[in-house]
Amino acid sequence: MDLILQQMPVVLKSLNEGFLQTLKLFFVTGLGAFPLGLVIAFGSMSRFKPLSVLTRFVVWVVRGTPLMIQLLIIYYFPGMVLHNNVWGSGETGRFTASAIAFIFNYACYFSEIYRGGIQSIPRGQQEAGMVLGMTRSQIFFKVTLLQVIKRIVPPMSNEIITLVKDTALARIIALQELIWAGQAFLKGSHGIAGAIWPLFFTAVYYLAFTGVMTLVLGRLEKRLDYFR
Amino acid sequence: MAILDVKDIRKSFGQTEVLKDISFSLERGQVVSVIGSSGSGKTTLLRCLNFLERPDGGSIAVNGQVLFDAADPAARREADIRRKRLHFGLVFQSFNLFPQYTALQNVTLAGRLLAKEDPDYKTRKKELFARIDGEARQLLAQMGLSDRMDNYPHQLSGGQQQRVAIARALALQPDILCFDEPTSALDPELTQEVLRVIRQLAQRQTTMIIVTHEMAFARDVSTQVIFMDGGVVVESGPPEQVIGAPTQERTRRFLDSYNQA
Ligand SMILES: Nc1ncnc2c1ncn2[C@@H]1O[C@H](COP(=O)(O)OP(=O)(O)OP(=O)(O)O)[C@@H](O)[C@H]1O
Ligand SMILES: [Mg+2]
Repeated sequence: MDLILQQMPVVLKSLNEGFLQTLKLFFVTGLGAFPLGLVIAFGSMSRFKPLSVLTRFVVWVVRGTPLMIQLLIIYYFPGMVLHNNVWGSGETGRFTASAIAFIFNYACYFSEIYRGGIQSIPRGQQEAGMVLGMTRSQIFFKVTLLQVIKRIVPPMSNEIITLVKDTALARIIALQELIWAGQAFLKGSHGIAGAIWPLFFTAVYYLAFTGVMTLVLGRLEKRLDYFR
Repeated sequence: MAILDVKDIRKSFGQTEVLKDISFSLERGQVVSVIGSSGSGKTTLLRCLNFLERPDGGSIAVNGQVLFDAADPAARREADIRRKRLHFGLVFQSFNLFPQYTALQNVTLAGRLLAKEDPDYKTRKKELFARIDGEARQLLAQMGLSDRMDNYPHQLSGGQQQRVAIARALALQPDILCFDEPTSALDPELTQEVLRVIRQLAQRQTTMIIVTHEMAFARDVSTQVIFMDGGVVVESGPPEQVIGAPTQERTRRFLDSYNQA
């Protein structure tokens, strides 16, 4: 116990650094995947058949394979097959590759939620806007959008909570995120070796993070409770 | 001059011909009721007038201005369809109010958006919005909804929702207001309150086309009744004739099926 207390400051510092990287990956993924998901959703709903078929095929592949494989392929493929490691070496390269894999993967999941949300709005809403002389974009922004948001908040919340935990997968390409930081003390780091308790601590970080997200998203859901 | 002139409107969905050469005209202040059995094309006709469907043939003119003519490429352009729609208002069977807006906001939304197209929108925005707001309040009061303006649709009964929808359509001052079975989603009591406001509108010389299954209502509110069957106008004329003393066998059979029900 004394030993743990003694090691605590070093471990916490290390875990905090890892957590920072986890946070960064989380927010960059969100920032990229929210809009990209919308683009993909519109693609999959396009009346131009080749585009919608292609988009749905890509979404099917991305959703049907493990994110971990996508991470490995995106990270290693350019260097090993094309002999040109576009990611560069080091942490920056690993982060860029992770972010791209996460953004694309999550954008595909989000796109399906968006599509479901948009298609669940009764056609009559749009028609009511049309007969009132609204433009297409006015109908989208003033009529449909908020209703879509209301419907997609619960499923999106699930995905966002999953994303918090999925960021751990970036460990597979040695991104120095939270798990990597906690695991480092098993083999030895900062003069500490054979310590498994930091791993338990990483769990607490995730728990706190998902807890906060659950609260925030729950609040958003409440805010949209005023209409049905 | 007729306020509305519909000539030879045709519309097919794939192989099924839903409207076959529908023609009728309407004078300002008149009320036309359209009756007919399910699937006869009544909704499709209203949707064509509101440019929610594009007719395959025929023409539509309002106040002598041709809004649509299948034979004339210039009068078929999609571009100004949005503006052309404003000649018509449409009240839907299922109300289609916007759930995230209050009754008042539902009535003002489109007007406020259209005000943006006003050349001096920027300088007169306050004034324009105040006028739109005032008119909306007046309309809602006329619909008997003074105390319901700030309620959201889900807080209103079906009859109240439909009256908000009527106010919303009236707010843009359409030349012709169309109703597609405005009461068929309502129970009898609520039906009466909606029919009452439509009667009021008729007394105020609002030009209306009403698709309805309420024969008694159609009979005393309309100046003209159109009976449709299988996509054609079988019989049309004053209500005393079409509903009171139909000359066509098909009309009689249709009305008999009502009297028995
Ligand atoms: N978008 C569409 N695609 C294919 N067929 C359609 C479409 N809309 C309507 N129809 C068909 O057109 C015919 C007329 O439909 P419409 O809705 O105009 O009838 P209606 O007279 O309004 O009937 P109701 O009294 O049941 O409302 C029906 O046979 C219907 O199945
Ligand atoms: Mg109908």
